[in-house]
Amino acid sequence: MPLDRDPADRTYKVVGHRHNRPDGIDKVTGRAKFGADLAAPGLLHGRILRSPHAHARIKSIDTSKALALEGVKAIVTAADFPDHPQVLEDGELTNIRYNVMAREKALYDGHAVAAVAASNPRIAAKALKLIEVDYEVLPHVVDVELAMKDDAPILHDHIRTEGMEDAPDCPTNVAERIELGYGDVEAGFAEADVVIERQFRTGAAHQGYIEPHACLANISGDGSGDLWCCTQGQFMVRDVCAQLNGMDVSKLRVTPSEIGGGFGGKTTVFIEPVAVALSRKAGKPVKIVMNRGEVFRATGPTASSAIWVKMGCKRDGTITAAQAELKYQGGAFPGSPVSMGAMTAFACYQPKTLKAIGWDVVTNRPKQAAYRAPGAPMAAFAVESIVEELAHTIGMDPVDFRLKNAATSGSKSAYGPTYSDIGLVETLEAVKAHPNYAIKLGPNQGRGVASGFWFNFGGQTAVTLNLNIDGTVALSVGTPDIGGSRASMCAMAAEELGIPYHHVQTIIADTGSLGFNDVTDGSRVTFASGLATIEAARNAAKVLCERAAKIWGIPADAVTWENGCAVPAGPNAGEFPPMTIKELAKKAGETGGPIAGHFEVSADGAGPSFATHLVDAEVDRETGRITILRYLIVQDAGKAVSPAYVEGQMQGGAVQGIGWALNEEYIYNDKGVMENPGFLDYRVPVASDLPMIDTQIVEVPNPGHPYGVRGVGETSIVPPLGAVANAVAAAVGARPEELPMSPPRLLKLMKEQAQPLAAE
Amino acid sequence: MSQVHVTTKINGDSTEYLCDADETLLDVLRDRLQMTGSKEGCGTGDCGACTIILDGRPVCSCLVLGAEAEGRSVETIEGMANGEELHPLQRHFLNGAALQCGICTPGILVAAKALLAQNANPSETEIRYWLAGNLCRCTGYDKIIRAVQSAAAEMRGETHAA
Amino acid sequence: MARVKLWGSLSRMADGQKEFEIDAPNIDRMLTALGEAAPKLKPILAKGVTVSIDGTLYRLDKFQAIQPDSEVYILPKMAGG
Repeated sequence: MPLDRDPADRTYKVVGHRHNRPDGIDKVTGRAKFGADLAAPGLLHGRILRSPHAHARIKSIDTSKALALEGVKAIVTAADFPDHPQVLEDGELTNIRYNVMAREKALYDGHAVAAVAASNPRIAAKALKLIEVDYEVLPHVVDVELAMKDDAPILHDHIRTEGMEDAPDCPTNVAERIELGYGDVEAGFAEADVVIERQFRTGAAHQGYIEPHACLANISGDGSGDLWCCTQGQFMVRDVCAQLNGMDVSKLRVTPSEIGGGFGGKTTVFIEPVAVALSRKAGKPVKIVMNRGEVFRATGPTASSAIWVKMGCKRDGTITAAQAELKYQGGAFPGSPVSMGAMTAFACYQPKTLKAIGWDVVTNRPKQAAYRAPGAPMAAFAVESIVEELAHTIGMDPVDFRLKNAATSGSKSAYGPTYSDIGLVETLEAVKAHPNYAIKLGPNQGRGVASGFWFNFGGQTAVTLNLNIDGTVALSVGTPDIGGSRASMCAMAAEELGIPYHHVQTIIADTGSLGFNDVTDGSRVTFASGLATIEAARNAAKVLCERAAKIWGIPADAVTWENGCAVPAGPNAGEFPPMTIKELAKKAGETGGPIAGHFEVSADGAGPSFATHLVDAEVDRETGRITILRYLIVQDAGKAVSPAYVEGQMQGGAVQGIGWALNEEYIYNDKGVMENPGFLDYRVPVASDLPMIDTQIVEVPNPGHPYGVRGVGETSIVPPLGAVANAVAAAVGARPEELPMSPPRLLKLMKEQAQPLAAE
Repeated sequence: MSQVHVTTKINGDSTEYLCDADETLLDVLRDRLQMTGSKEGCGTGDCGACTIILDGRPVCSCLVLGAEAEGRSVETIEGMANGEELHPLQRHFLNGAALQCGICTPGILVAAKALLAQNANPSETEIRYWLAGNLCRCTGYDKIIRAVQSAAAEMRGETHAA
Repeated sequence: MARVKLWGSLSRMADGQKEFEIDAPNIDRMLTALGEAAPKLKPILAKGVTVSIDGTLYRLDKFQAIQPDSEVYILPKMAGG
């Protein structure tokens, strides 16, 4: 969907202005219904029994004592998810089924083994203790590099390394090798005046949404039913749950609740197919709500990584060679986002030669789930650390160094294709001009810069817009609203139809009411549901013009839509006073029936978003505590439809990145059991950890959207890891190579590298 | 197991309920009284999504037993607005885009209300430390802190309504 | 004839060939022709790839037109969060 016209000529009446969101009142009064907020008559409560072992063969499961407990109504195990052909044909679906309920082996601490439905949660919890599972504990591996060794414990006998011609035909934990690049990196390094290489590591960070997974399934005796759940994609939930339970897709209707955060972690299923199976077996509605420990142990954090980066540049700053080897473990199943790590690693720059190799590795940890720009932040941490160090080594300002090498509109991206219009240079220039860049720092303080890139995606999208009798509009979209997207949809529909913002009401439709929509991911909603909304509104305006033409007795193409009214297209069309949307709505029945517009598309052309972050940090040399003093985000939004919520996305992503950089990681003991499955020990940033987060929106229109919109949700988590690491490196004179930079790690780093680096 | 009979005051109304001896006040509110505005994010007192005010003090209702509410006064998010009229904090959160997904919002609003009841003019640092027990994963807290500041200013009569 | 370029590990499966000249009106035909030119690529193409035409990424639309002078890249399957 191309950009309408030169956006400089365009003035928007609704889009780009600040409006309150349609779901706002319900969310500040406690009325909004989230995943766990629904009840039903005769409701049963489901609980899931989870493996206490990192890796174990399940020799037998005896549920008889649990079933005999008063109040227990149904129990399911892997046997209740049999081999339906549609499951076996699809490798990823087979993995999801295995992840949802362990079969033969439990692959990680927290892997679901059985589930109970009982008349209250306390009975369900008692019943779990009565289920007898006979485990044969197996050797385990949770570290990415140990899992790659020849003698590592093997998770899956069928895995062979893809992407390698000479891969041996024996079981391995290395699921895939990917490689990309261009030119001769060795020649590039030979041309360089300065070459720096380092080995980095990042911990597994969890998305950390405050709302645990929750759902309520109600399956009738005829095998059809309803499912209510918090998800980033109700259609995905419907399709997967139906297939895993051997149901026709048409038999299951999924209604998305309000969603209490997702960040990628709710783009798959965990408890939903189990609730459906329990409800079908018990013949009653079943609700399952995870506790926080289950969220940590059994849902997807992102991959942890080991990343080696080597880069070379000339004295004038030109990057002549860039090389990386990225090893990502994505938990118990293939699919870590390592290919996206490899593609995004150098995407901000134009190195003369490039080589990136990625390894996708399985370990005895929970199956990774997407987390905001999956795969990119850890790669950017490694690359931005080296970029900063190169700049310092040749004595160049780090922003100038980035500007010298920055990807520009029309330049070739590091992953291959040529960029269309992009805004990296604009973000760098804005950072340089910002007052924060000139503030003088005190002792033990350091300043760091980092840039970041994310592709942004579109995807399958369907939108329906109905005109009500009073001229107001009911808009149905199929992409769950996580951060205020309904407000943006209202704004775009109102803009097109020339009506006030509050005359449009946007709802997130259930799966029975709207065509298929892909999940809310890839920063796609404001872009894809937005352009579908614009097209649906244009289609509705066309119908409105036809109705006016009918009333006036002139050809339909002699009527146009302007400022909320049908008007004759020109003097030749005849003289008629403008007919308002309200008048036309009232006459809909008499002029041909209900007035609506809809649009369905596989949206592409999302347009990447770039950001540059600037951070000042202070280090307490005695305790190793790092304090963020100032934080500035500059990001390209293409066109900010709801500026306050664009800022919110930028701030939220940055703070998640700060948490990843400073505190957050999965900690395992020697048995492969997670030691910190709670918010007390897995510490996400709290209000007192942070300063205000300054933001500046840059608008370089995306040529692939009528208004120039780009997704903004994900890019904001890409730069912070590197930016914070660079600030800390500047403050202590030693470069952090492992995240998170927890106090013990920082103290160790300062002790071992007491001499400030010559470069910094 | 016989249930406990409790008489308490919730948002100013006398309320009676039966609950199990080991049932939390949060579960009573949500499951027995259908007051689902208080949220459970952790069940261990770490996230603050279930914050209520008990006899004037903000507490995590997941750490209080239903039986402990006997004879006391409970304030929840459901009692914050006066009919159609929002509390200034609610209004400033809405106008200041201080919520994204909204799951932490009830707990933060209740905690902020308790803060302003005892300190009408808190500094930014005081607000940040007071709300340090309320996790928000979406906003980075910036707009939340600003919304509390602007609501406080309005309540002190220094500015007009948002 | 559009120039179709492969990402690194994909070109290994095409006996090291990194670029193909393919005459095809759209992505679907292009992928079929590519599979015929380099049969070892077929299973990977069937599992799903992202195709970039003149800088725009197409993850789904198989019938997007390719112009004779288009720059086409075959990239790994992608997803967001």
